[in-house]
Amino acid sequence: MQASLDIADAGFLVYLVEREPSIGGHMAQLDKTFPTLDCSSCILTPKMVDVARHPNIQLISYAEVVGADGGIGHFKVGVKQKPRYVDVDRCTGCGLCVEACRLKGRISSEFDVGVSKRGAVYIPFPQAVPLKATIDPERCVFITRGVCGKVPACEEACSAEAIDFQQKEEMIGLEVGAIIVATGFDLFDARLKPEFGYGLYPNVITGLQFERLSSASGPTRGKITLNGQEPKKVVFIQCVGSRDKSVGVEYCSRVCCMFTAKQAHLVKEKIPDAEVTVLYIDVRAFGKGFEEFYDRVRGEGVMYRRGNASEICKRGERLIVMAEDTLLGESVQLEADLVVLATGITPRGDAQDLATLLRLSTSPDGFFQEAHPKLRPVETEREGVYLAGCCQGPKDIPDGVAQAKAAASSVIIALRNGMEVS
Amino acid sequence: MGLRIGVYVCHCGVNIAATVDVEAVTRFALGLPSVAIARDYTYMCSDPGQALIKEDIKKFGLTKVVVASCSPMMHEPTFRGTIQEAGLNPYCLEMANIREQCSWVHEEEEEATRKAIQLVAAAVDKAFLLEPLEERRVAVTSAALVIGGGIAGMQAALDIANAGFQVYLVEKEPRLGGHLAQLDKTFPTLEPVAPLLAEEIREVEGHPNIDLLTSAEVIGLEGYIGNFKVNVTDQATIRELKVGTILVATGYDLFDARLKPEYGYGIYEKVITGLEFERLVSLSGSRKFWVNGKEPQDVLFIQCVGSRDKSVGQEYCSRICCMYTAKQALLVKEMLPQARVTVLYMDVRAYGKGFEEFYDQVRGEGVLYRRGNPSEIYKNGKRLIVRVEDTLLGEPVQLEADLVVLATGITPRRDSPKIANLLKLPRSPDGFFMEAHPKLRPVDTVTEGIYLAGCCQGPKDIPDTVTQAKAAAASAMIPLCQGQVKVEAVTSIIDEELCSGCGICAEMCVYDALSLHERKGVMTINEVLCKGCGACAAACPSKAIKLSHFTPAQILAQVDALV
Amino acid sequence: MEGQNLAQAYRLFECIQCGRCTGGCPMSLKTRFNIRRLIYEALVDEDMDLQSKEVLWDCSTCATCTLRCPKGLDPTDMVIGMRSILVDGGRIPPTIRDALKSLAIRGNPLTMAREERADWAEGLGVKEISEGAEVLYFVGCSPSYDPRVQKVAKAMVQAFKKAEVEFGILGNEEVCCGSEARRMGETGLFEMLREMNLETLERYPVELVVTTSPHCYNAFQNEYQGLNLKVQHYTQFVAGLINEGRLPLSKEVRRIVTYQDPCFLGKQNKIFEEPRKILRSIPGLELRELDRSRERSLCCEGGGGRMWAEGTNPEERLAHTRVQEAMDLGAEVLATACPFCLLTLEDAAKTVAGEGGIQVMDIMELVVEAL
Ligand SMILES: Cc1cc2nc3c(=O)[nH]c(=O)nc-3n(C[C@H](O)[C@H](O)[C@H](O)COP(=O)(O)OP(=O)(O)OC[C@H]3O[C@@H](n4cnc5c(N)ncnc54)[C@H](O)[C@@H]3O)c2cc1C
Ligand SMILES: Cc1cc2nc3c(=O)[nH]c(=O)nc-3n(C[C@H](O)[C@H](O)[C@H](O)COP(=O)(O)OP(=O)(O)OC[C@H]3O[C@@H](n4cnc5c(N)ncnc54)[C@H](O)[C@@H]3O)c2cc1C
Ligand code: SF4
Ligand code: SF4
Ligand code: SF4
Ligand code: SF4
Ligand code: SF4
Ligand code: SF4
Ligand code: SF4
Repeated sequence: MQASLDIADAGFLVYLVEREPSIGGHMAQLDKTFPTLDCSSCILTPKMVDVARHPNIQLISYAEVVGADGGIGHFKVGVKQKPRYVDVDRCTGCGLCVEACRLKGRISSEFDVGVSKRGAVYIPFPQAVPLKATIDPERCVFITRGVCGKVPACEEACSAEAIDFQQKEEMIGLEVGAIIVATGFDLFDARLKPEFGYGLYPNVITGLQFERLSSASGPTRGKITLNGQEPKKVVFIQCVGSRDKSVGVEYCSRVCCMFTAKQAHLVKEKIPDAEVTVLYIDVRAFGKGFEEFYDRVRGEGVMYRRGNASEICKRGERLIVMAEDTLLGESVQLEADLVVLATGITPRGDAQDLATLLRLSTSPDGFFQEAHPKLRPVETEREGVYLAGCCQGPKDIPDGVAQAKAAASSVIIALRNGMEVS
Repeated sequence: MGLRIGVYVCHCGVNIAATVDVEAVTRFALGLPSVAIARDYTYMCSDPGQALIKEDIKKFGLTKVVVASCSPMMHEPTFRGTIQEAGLNPYCLEMANIREQCSWVHEEEEEATRKAIQLVAAAVDKAFLLEPLEERRVAVTSAALVIGGGIAGMQAALDIANAGFQVYLVEKEPRLGGHLAQLDKTFPTLEPVAPLLAEEIREVEGHPNIDLLTSAEVIGLEGYIGNFKVNVTDQATIRELKVGTILVATGYDLFDARLKPEYGYGIYEKVITGLEFERLVSLSGSRKFWVNGKEPQDVLFIQCVGSRDKSVGQEYCSRICCMYTAKQALLVKEMLPQARVTVLYMDVRAYGKGFEEFYDQVRGEGVLYRRGNPSEIYKNGKRLIVRVEDTLLGEPVQLEADLVVLATGITPRRDSPKIANLLKLPRSPDGFFMEAHPKLRPVDTVTEGIYLAGCCQGPKDIPDTVTQAKAAAASAMIPLCQGQVKVEAVTSIIDEELCSGCGICAEMCVYDALSLHERKGVMTINEVLCKGCGACAAACPSKAIKLSHFTPAQILAQVDALV
Repeated sequence: MEGQNLAQAYRLFECIQCGRCTGGCPMSLKTRFNIRRLIYEALVDEDMDLQSKEVLWDCSTCATCTLRCPKGLDPTDMVIGMRSILVDGGRIPPTIRDALKSLAIRGNPLTMAREERADWAEGLGVKEISEGAEVLYFVGCSPSYDPRVQKVAKAMVQAFKKAEVEFGILGNEEVCCGSEARRMGETGLFEMLREMNLETLERYPVELVVTTSPHCYNAFQNEYQGLNLKVQHYTQFVAGLINEGRLPLSKEVRRIVTYQDPCFLGKQNKIFEEPRKILRSIPGLELRELDRSRERSLCCEGGGGRMWAEGTNPEERLAHTRVQEAMDLGAEVLATACPFCLLTLEDAAKTVAGEGGIQVMDIMELVVEAL
């Protein structure tokens, strides 16, 4: 979004292609942001609106790039527009269909990372841009089985007559001078570390799930509760699926130390009498204001213990986290009623495909490879294609924004030079 | 057409709605005179929220709009845009802050609702008196100034110049390169710095669009975005440069290790800083190196010297020293394979791309990492003794060394207050220049037209510096591309009848917007410079200055409704 | 629970376990006392048993840990807090108990009679402050009673007279400053002594208080809230006299001297220059610096009640190390400016060098040699 805005502000036309029904990416899912504790959606929403309103930005959501031929100055990009089964020109985003869907509350919400449920027709979150309903073709009974009651409930509910099951996939051809890839990241799948019992114990959750739990606009309206109860002993485990050759992830995910500190703070703020322990190997509070934030969080009574957890098991209702406290040189068993895993950032599952498609290479860690690690951090080997954000490697928001603007700068240069030639 | 006001009350999810009865507020607003419509909605700032306002403006022929939501800092531009799109003058908007000033600070629902109602009433009263203002645009000088010729400044200059704009690059020292010129190889790729830098310098020096001024310093600045006038000392002369935007890339200084006397820096010649180490290996051609004519056998690195250390007033982490220490430790191992190399650390912050892998490699090569921050260094005979607790053993140890390298941290430039004053840049608590927003506007400053790049904003390694430099270049190019910029429409207005020309207001104005009209003997206002802060209006003893959009009548109406 | 309370009171959560405190702690050179680990145990060990922690009496309250801590913690203060818990629980070494008892009854820790406090000054013509004077010389306990340290007090008097300083002492009205009582964990007793001294001081309109001991100086300067008087350690005052030309040092003192920075003067109060200034003003005297000096000076183990408690490793003494270092420098005199340093170092000198070997002296004694 930042890259689009900068290029558009400089007077060039931008096509922003987003795969999901709404723009926003992971940041839309966060509660507050470290280290300033700004509310994430409060600062993100205006950006999203800016993008939607900018006369030079054409937003193509729920679509994917399928091909890019040509080179700098004359790329031909193929975009596949997936059918929403909702006529976006008619849909007002009123949500009546969402309420009406027969499958309402049956499908785990991607946006809330399973913390809540949605229906087959859904609007991912209230501030979504564009605010349009989307029907999930894999789940909707009408699409999968051909019938949904007499008349599909959504269709009946929609007063704007926007539901349109006739929609088909469409191909859009775009001609552009330069391309920015900003496809972001996936989260490490905590199931790959079975010793933590993720997926087995409902009170072992990931950091992103925690964000949804603690978000004021999330399913629990910001109350940190599990089955209606406030946890009193919370353990955070850092570096889950990062710095861990046993799962093939050698690199550090860069953001999880700080989001853990932030989340530990949020627990202390919302449940002051909770005992909060963070298990760490190194605390990587490297950015502007980070060490200060880390100091503050410890000052609030969050206990940092050095030692990475080895295993989680259950004793009665409580979880037991087994770890060595390397400062004591003793193994310890910590009781917990909530364990939050700081799962790391991984390349998108389809990063390789996209790399092939765009003829980019990836570095050994699986992220897209920049042209030179020191001096050309946003360029790629293919001239005219630039990188921004976490698709090049883990990053926090300010670093992501800076990189996006940097990529924008490269694009502006390319486009302006093209202009002069013509 | 009569006055028709629309009032919009936002829930902000639950941020407002949980403590304020938004429906009650809406009902109340509907009952106010001239209010044609009042509504509440989950997120006013969202697309449909804004659509609602636009529709209403058309449907009800609204002339003024009041939005009761968050702080105007947040969304005033958003809603001004909204009503403008629907054909209203953007200054016909008034906001009531019922979040930061109400729902976030109160817990009691009744009380919060009462206060919200008052705030809305006040806003509506002010809206009565709002007058449309004209947004003005001024042309932009198509050139940029870059202050500082380190890697940040050079990269930014190149980007802007490559996009076809004129760039003045001002460097204080006789040559370009900044700290980079002093480094040997870079982590994590161990690429030699010199050739990289030489290439970059050649490009800058040869660029037709870059006017390079070395041994030069900025000494004066006036003007505003689009039209800055900058005075620069160039050798013996003073040059006046006209530029549209300014990029600050003045870099950093290193922490002075003498401020931690327990390490004996300055007393023992075998205690050196990381930068001195770079020079040592660089001068030795990176094959071997000697200390006092001997190859050191025990080399010890100490991290976090003058960083993360409240006892010397440096709370922050310097971000690069973990990695440059790892790099240097590896270099020692490569040059003197038989040397024992130990790194003493608190946390190893190998956070970046390829960093953890590099840290793994360095340990793999036999560098010993011991967790513990040393407390002091003294001498036993010819050898240095470092006292430290190995916190993983839980035992204090005394390590012998014949070379100790201190990873001294990055500090703000010692002369940064000077630049800060000149450019009116605020600094964050750590002393570095402050960005406009720590998350979303990392390279902009609060002064429009001035941007930050590199370590002057906070410690950074080379890739992050280059990235930020390009980002700042993008920000600095946008106004140049647009060719003109908007200026603040809210300015002060001088009543020439009342003004006695005393000049008190001019002293108050930090933006130098006021001057005495030579013939008329009254003050005149430079509307482009004026930021509408109101300092002058408050100071004027003759009450000759009022602020458009905040006229006394408007403010009084607002206050009346509150009390 | 104790651990949690301590954590709250001393902000232990803010500790990052970097080990800088232990690494600098003089006691970590010779005993199992590990201040960093103690903090950690208070944080994580729910049933930490303080009562059995004999090592707590090892600490000399030199405050190196506090000065070095990068996170602004005060481990010294925590040790004192822990000691209070021990004192409350009655788990204290008998020698400490005796010293505390004596302080409570007699106003000094040396089990000496209150009425004999000013005996050392008999025949010296020293004014009692009640007779009126600008400068109050606060003598302190050891200089009042200990025959070795009395020499320092007498030297002080001699110098003051030479410089024509108008001064007086409190005489038998003086009681201990309480610094040691506080550091032995008896906060209540410290407060009592402080009240007594404050009350006495209020009665006399003096301009300046000069102390013999850095411990008294530190207490007045940093722990006597409500004291509105200017306080100086004697090294500051005497250096001033020399500067103003009021104390001419004319006789040559041909000796090689090195100087031990007392923790309470140097590290804790950053008074490094004045003692050196005095020594350098003595004609003929050659000052050689110890390697570990100033901010890196090595503690003599005399503070924090250690004059009355041997600690867990009495065989090994840092004072021995110190004397040895001084001898290696070729020094004939190891000078200091603190009664406790004087006693511990002299004791060590006797063992290490024997009679006739290196001499341990107070700076003041060297000054009067030069008069
Ligand atoms: C639990 C957690 C907490 C965090 N907390 C903070 C915090 O407090 N502060 C902070 O600074 N950072 C925080 N972060 C990091 C922050 O989320 C990231 O820095 C930021 O979201 C990165 O943005 P991005 O645009 O690079 O990637 P993303 O947010 O992943 O966005 C990428 C976008 O690209 C789209 N996309 C992907 N593939 C394609 C394709 N092939 N075609 C079209 N579109 C595609 C995606 O749908 C998505 O919208 C946190 C991260 C996590 C996991
Ligand atoms: C020992 C050491 C080793 C390092 N090793 C690495 C490494 O291996 N890899 C890596 O990525 N990073 C490394 N770094 C970090 C690297 O040095 C910085 O990231 C980089 O130099 C930052 O560049 P800069 O342009 O922001 O600042 P600087 O290099 O400080 O440049 C600032 C420039 O501005 C000029 N200037 C200042 N004030 C004014 C003024 N008022 N008017 C005009 N000009 C002015 C200065 O003269 C200077 O030329 C290392 C740093 C140190 C200390
Ligand atoms: S599809 Fe119809 S019912 Fe659903 S949100 Fe859009 S307009 Fe509302
Ligand atoms: S057709 Fe049925 S299942 Fe499908 S979205 Fe509509 S209501 Fe839901
Ligand atoms: S940022 Fe912290 S938690 Fe995340 S992988 Fe790196 S060290 Fe581990
Ligand atoms: S980067 Fe490493 S060495 Fe430097 S201050 Fe941060 S933690 Fe310390
Ligand atoms: S309003 Fe502020 S900026 Fe404008 S003239 Fe007055 S003091 Fe200057
Ligand atoms: S005060 Fe001195 S002796 Fe006591 S713990 Fe601290 S460093 Fe050790
Ligand atoms: S020096 Fe301070 S932060 Fe470090 S271990 Fe000791 S008390 Fe903790």
